[in-house]
Amino acid sequence: MPVYSEKVMDHFMNPRNVGEIENPDGVGEVGNPVCGDMMTFYIKVKGNRLEDVKFKTFGCGAAIAVSSMVSEMAKGKTLEEAMKITPRSVADELEGLPKQKFHCSNLGAQALNKAIQDYLSKKKEGGKK
Amino acid sequence: MPYLGDIFGNPSSLHDWGDGAREAIKSAREQVAELIGANADEIIFTGSGTESNNFAIKGLALAQQNKGKHVAVSAIEHFSVLHPAKTLEKWGFEVSEIPVDKYGVVNPDDVRRSLRKDTVLVSIMHANGEVGTIEPIREIAAIARERNIPFHTDAVATAGTTPVNVAELGVDALSLAGNQFYGPKGVGALWIRKGIRIMPLLDGGIQEEGRRAGTENVPAIVGLGKAAELAKTHMAGRIKRLTPLRDRLLQELPKRIEHVVVTGHPQNRLPGHVSFCVEFIEGESLLMLLNSRGIAVSSGSACTSRALKASHVLIAMGLSHEIAQGSVLFTLGIDSTSEDIDYVLETMPPIVDRLRQMSPLYAKFSKTMKGGKQHASL
Repeated sequence: MPVYSEKVMDHFMNPRNVGEIENPDGVGEVGNPVCGDMMTFYIKVKGNRLEDVKFKTFGCGAAIAVSSMVSEMAKGKTLEEAMKITPRSVADELEGLPKQKFHCSNLGAQALNKAIQDYLSKKKEGGKK
Repeated sequence: MPYLGDIFGNPSSLHDWGDGAREAIKSAREQVAELIGANADEIIFTGSGTESNNFAIKGLALAQQNKGKHVAVSAIEHFSVLHPAKTLEKWGFEVSEIPVDKYGVVNPDDVRRSLRKDTVLVSIMHANGEVGTIEPIREIAAIARERNIPFHTDAVATAGTTPVNVAELGVDALSLAGNQFYGPKGVGALWIRKGIRIMPLLDGGIQEEGRRAGTENVPAIVGLGKAAELAKTHMAGRIKRLTPLRDRLLQELPKRIEHVVVTGHPQNRLPGHVSFCVEFIEGESLLMLLNSRGIAVSSGSACTSRALKASHVLIAMGLSHEIAQGSVLFTLGIDSTSEDIDYVLETMPPIVDRLRQMSPLYAKFSKTMKGGKQHASL
């Protein structure tokens, strides 16, 4: 087995917030199958807060655990707070990730950020109309 | 294990205390030779299958570099052949990589076409450990022999599990390792036909007729010999028992799980070897969930490799990176039973389903299916 922390194993075996949100306010997709990991994050925003966060992930144990952890960290946060989630803080919350997995699987924060950007740009366009 | 206790003498010593160890190595050499139908004095003990392959590729090429500097290997060789071939390139050799078909089979005509006037070595594996395909070595070796080019085969996956006879295969050098047939880890052997020249990798004393210097690992060598003897005795029975188990898993799993691709040759494969790619999911997460249910498998996905690259074998067979990510390999052993196969067939479908429910690739695929584009995507 890869050397994963107990926290990683817990989030891998029992991932939180798996799934899609119908009519999401924002969607963020990162990764590609060549490098091995792909993540899609869906968000629902209410009054500048992340009311709901869900994800779908194709990837290794670490990638699934990262996605689960990011969704848990982000839920209920304001958009500004959520955008401060970094790969480092995710890895810390997971009690560490194997060195060679840090970059390839730790895409959750980026995917969440993309989903928030998606929401913000849609809102801007909506505002113009 | 007396070779870590009472019989501690150095086999190279002339005094009586070395005799026991020397005798033990001698009989191990005979046991290993017997396994592959060779003469005992043509066996060189090494530290692993990797060392045997390194020795063969570098040693055979270097010994003949005055005749030419071209080497041909298949694209699906183990890294312990491909990487020494890369090293030869750095040393001024040219290396041709021979392609394989979708089953991982090397076409003898492609080997023929790759040969040149300055080719000094051809190396094609006997069987591929990742996809199980057994190569037509006899035909390929005959092509090399017609032109007097030394031919090496990496038989690490076959020696001890399927019949290997160096005379029947018509090869000039062959690598094997003990850990493939219940021998100790960290010991291997290279067989070289008498009269074929090889440059040693390790210089020093005159152990192994001066071809591999260094004090012998007596307990490991004795273990390799014993494992070879047992493998030979039980081989026919093991093949007879494992082949139907293998075929059942190969046939049943794709019936129970949609979008599973069998990798390697459907029939012409190692007796206990079952390999698949499960689409839309990644091999390491599948491996981990199977492990949590007591099923040990391996995978060639990028995430399971330290280099984070998908298996070169699967890519050489023409599979996409996306599909290669879902690679999973079962090796059945002497303890595997029909009940074990039942257990895998029951346990694996819900695990695959669970990972697919999580997979954005599967979600996209399902949406395309609903959109009525079934034929386009299949």
